[in-house]
Amino acid sequence: MVIAGDRHRLDATFAALADPTRRAILARLASGEASVAELAEPFAMSQPAVSKHLKVLERAGLVSRGRDAQRRPRRLEAKPLADATRWLEPYRRFWEGSFQQLDIVLDELQARERKSSTRRKRRSR
Amino acid sequence: MKTAGSLTITTPSDREIAMTREFEAPRRLVFEAWTTPDLLKRWLGVFGGWSLAVCEVDLRPGGRFRYVWRKAGGTEMTMRGVYREVAPPERIVTTETFDDPWYEGEAVGTVVFTDRNGRTTLTQTVSYSSREVRDGVLATPMETGVAASYDKLAEVLASLGR
Repeated sequence: MVIAGDRHRLDATFAALADPTRRAILARLASGEASVAELAEPFAMSQPAVSKHLKVLERAGLVSRGRDAQRRPRRLEAKPLADATRWLEPYRRFWEGSFQQLDIVLDELQARERKSSTRRKRRSR
Repeated sequence: MKTAGSLTITTPSDREIAMTREFEAPRRLVFEAWTTPDLLKRWLGVFGGWSLAVCEVDLRPGGRFRYVWRKAGGTEMTMRGVYREVAPPERIVTTETFDDPWYEGEAVGTVVFTDRNGRTTLTQTVSYSSREVRDGVLATPMETGVAASYDKLAEVLASLGR
């Protein structure tokens, strides 16, 4: 069960993920840490605009700052994303478990149909 | 055994959950399995110690359905609703609600069965009355607790982009 505190955190995660630029920033950080200037480059965006997005991501705990005081690189924090993924897991498990059973039921229904159509053919001979 | 089709789950909007799955059977049979109590009792939520103890289906527009799942030890979960559209073997639209305190209002579920050369692609979209309700449903009591897998992350991100 998702308890109240978890859900609050998930809200922050999903709100931060709701923006395509912020998702692109996360995708970039997934391949290694980067400074604000480095992040601004591919997005044709001013550094203050990127900083604004980074603030949202930092507040959601998705991004943290590296040790280098000069570059102040940002890095991806994996845990909140993992929590966001886990949020869909019970639902997925319910339907995956159900559909594995349904596959078996459908196999049987088809086998039964094949059998009865063979019988019909035999009778009509 | 045939290879199980892979299940895709997305969240197209704040209030919706959508899923798609392929089946190695004609849609006539998938529709039958989806709407016949004796067949539903064999698969819907029937795993991990749960059984579909009560399954009532009145398959016509305005007709009601009720599912009660039970787990050894006495835990119960009930889902009920009304059929809005019944178009065999293509489409079913229902309202649905759970008998649980966290669940307010009702959702509308649309199931579409698409034929692909004797195979069936099933698409279900459930639209909830609010984001909170949807999130409550996602945290279904059937959870058993499994660690997150990172390969699912891409899916979540992709779904948020839609």
